[in-house]
Amino acid sequence: MKRILVGIKRVVDYNVRIRVKPDGSGVMLDGVKMSINPFDEIALEEALRIKERGQAEEIVVVTMGPTDCQQQLRTALAMGADRALHIVTTEALEPLTGAKLLHKIVEREQPFLVILGKQSIDGDNSQTGQMLAQLWDRPQATFASKVELTDSSAKVTREVDAGLETLEVDLPAVITVDLRLNEPRYVKLPDIMKAKKKPLESLPVADLGVETKTRIKVLKTEPPAARQKGKMVKDVTELVEALRQKGLV
Amino acid sequence: MSEILIIAEHAGGKLNPATAKCVTAASSIAGAKMTIAVFAADGAAVAAQAAKLAGVAKVITVDNAANQHALAAVIAPQVAALAKSYTHVFGPSTTFGKDLMPRVAALLDAPQLSDVMVIESATRFVRPTYASNAITTVEVDAGTQVVATIRSASFTATPEGSSTAPIESATPSAALPSHTRFVGLAAAKSDRPDLQTAARVISGGRALGSADAFKIIYSLAEQLGAGVGASRAAVDAGYAPNDMQVGQTGKTVAPDLYIACGISGAIQHLTGIKDARTIVAINKDPEAPIFEVADFGLVGDLFTIVPELEKQIAATK
Ligand SMILES: Cc1cc2nc3c(=O)[nH]c(=O)nc-3n(C[C@H](O)[C@H](O)[C@H](O)COP(=O)(O)OP(=O)(O)OC[C@H]3O[C@@H](n4cnc5c(N)ncnc54)[C@H](O)[C@@H]3O)c2cc1C
Ligand SMILES: Nc1ncnc2c1ncn2[C@@H]1O[C@H](COP(=O)(O)O)[C@@H](O)[C@H]1O
Repeated sequence: MKRILVGIKRVVDYNVRIRVKPDGSGVMLDGVKMSINPFDEIALEEALRIKERGQAEEIVVVTMGPTDCQQQLRTALAMGADRALHIVTTEALEPLTGAKLLHKIVEREQPFLVILGKQSIDGDNSQTGQMLAQLWDRPQATFASKVELTDSSAKVTREVDAGLETLEVDLPAVITVDLRLNEPRYVKLPDIMKAKKKPLESLPVADLGVETKTRIKVLKTEPPAARQKGKMVKDVTELVEALRQKGLV
Repeated sequence: MSEILIIAEHAGGKLNPATAKCVTAASSIAGAKMTIAVFAADGAAVAAQAAKLAGVAKVITVDNAANQHALAAVIAPQVAALAKSYTHVFGPSTTFGKDLMPRVAALLDAPQLSDVMVIESATRFVRPTYASNAITTVEVDAGTQVVATIRSASFTATPEGSSTAPIESATPSAALPSHTRFVGLAAAKSDRPDLQTAARVISGGRALGSADAFKIIYSLAEQLGAGVGASRAAVDAGYAPNDMQVGQTGKTVAPDLYIACGISGAIQHLTGIKDARTIVAINKDPEAPIFEVADFGLVGDLFTIVPELEKQIAATK
């Protein structure tokens, strides 16, 4: 079966104003809106389009995290994924641990393509896809803004600092997606109903044989240094004068 | 003692300034011994530049035709083979470093810290999360090998020193894959200063409305000798190329002066400009969030303000 594996991470919705807990122990998550990591929605959308073009037969979505993550898996199933896997853990996972767990799933599912987000918007790590590609000893094409598939390879345009780079990678491969790759579809109500009947399998993390002990200890979390509120100027003349005084023009 | 391996970023025979920033970051570790590794088809010119950076103990060149295009899958095994005896392996937090370093970390089975902004000690680091809305201090056990990418906007570049470090060549034994092939690079050509190192940056947002209208931004930039940036909305709409995007998923800038024209100030954009010394916002909406972080705010229509600004700046010269 030509299968694509897509990573779906549950994160604080990108519109939420993040507040750090006063005791420095983390960010406030109680009652905060949670969503699929925006990059992962794009990853899933790309997988769905590949399947719709007849270049894949099955889309499997996978998440790692606590029980609540199943909400995001259900949303992914409603978007059109065929099947979901939930690696159940309540511990925080470092990217390398996450990549090792995903590698176990890759060995089990044998996808010809793994599509992940280029970064999770909570940890902002941008590591998991690259690590998975290395553990799997397969190519990667990160920060993708265009993907063209043939039977044995993928031609991927990547958003890099210098412009747009194109790589050709043999399959199987890992692709991590950037924002401009596509525009994810909206979920329709009937699809949400249908998604309830799609298979969702839970796997306790302990069954996968990966050491999950963290090596990066978070000592404290602080809000960023606040910028001093500035000054409103009334016109260009006043602005230029202010900049001149600071030696900026 | 900390032995730090820094992976050089370079293009066209020139060392990227992000590398000298990695050196600055590494030198915050007391007694650090810093080695720079240059992976290239022919790294001599780049190595010569790296060897001049103050405090660098040694430069290693790994010349191989396969290293022509900095493919992560090809370079990572060579880095890993070289890195075994180092306590830390650093790369810049650019698309080059972000692509490469996690593969290195996976090979070394070492934890990676992305976007490090402060190094407190050999084991303690500060890095941003949640689009820089939550700054975390993290620690690893002594003796844990650490892979990190260094946030360029948080460090100044190490200048040239008075001495030159020795340059050695190495041939790490690593099997190089052939599964990844470089096809091409479409680089936007411009004579403007590089966004990430420019002292001044002018950015345009969705308000510009067309690629053509961006001309007023380029024109002001030329007057100021500034780099030009854009919001994601402007890039998505095709008004500006992707390499101009500033923000959480674009570039991080740290100029002395940042002028945001017709940009609302979404958190994902602000992340990219938090290290700007002075921020100027031009927006017709007095409630735009960009004004909360601007040192100087001017409410009005950018299509009249920007040309007027250019004229008045020209007049001050
Ligand atoms: C995961 C994720 C990552 C993202 N990463 C980035 C990123 O890296 N960089 C980024 O920029 N965004 C990013 N975004 C998008 C971000 O959330 C905003 O949508 C985007 O920054 C808005 O761009 P803008 O300010 O140009 O447009 P808008 O928000 O539409 O603002 C346009 C502004 O122009 C003003 N205006 C209109 N006409 C005029 C005029 N004639 N004169 C003066 N002012 C005028 C309006 O008042 C308004 O404030 C990201 C979003 C997500 C979900
Ligand atoms: N807990 C998780 N569950 C599912 N996918 C994940 C998880 N963590 C990371 N990923 C995937 O890896 C990508 C990059 O994450 P990161 O390396 O944390 O920036 C994300 O966009 C996801 O596609």
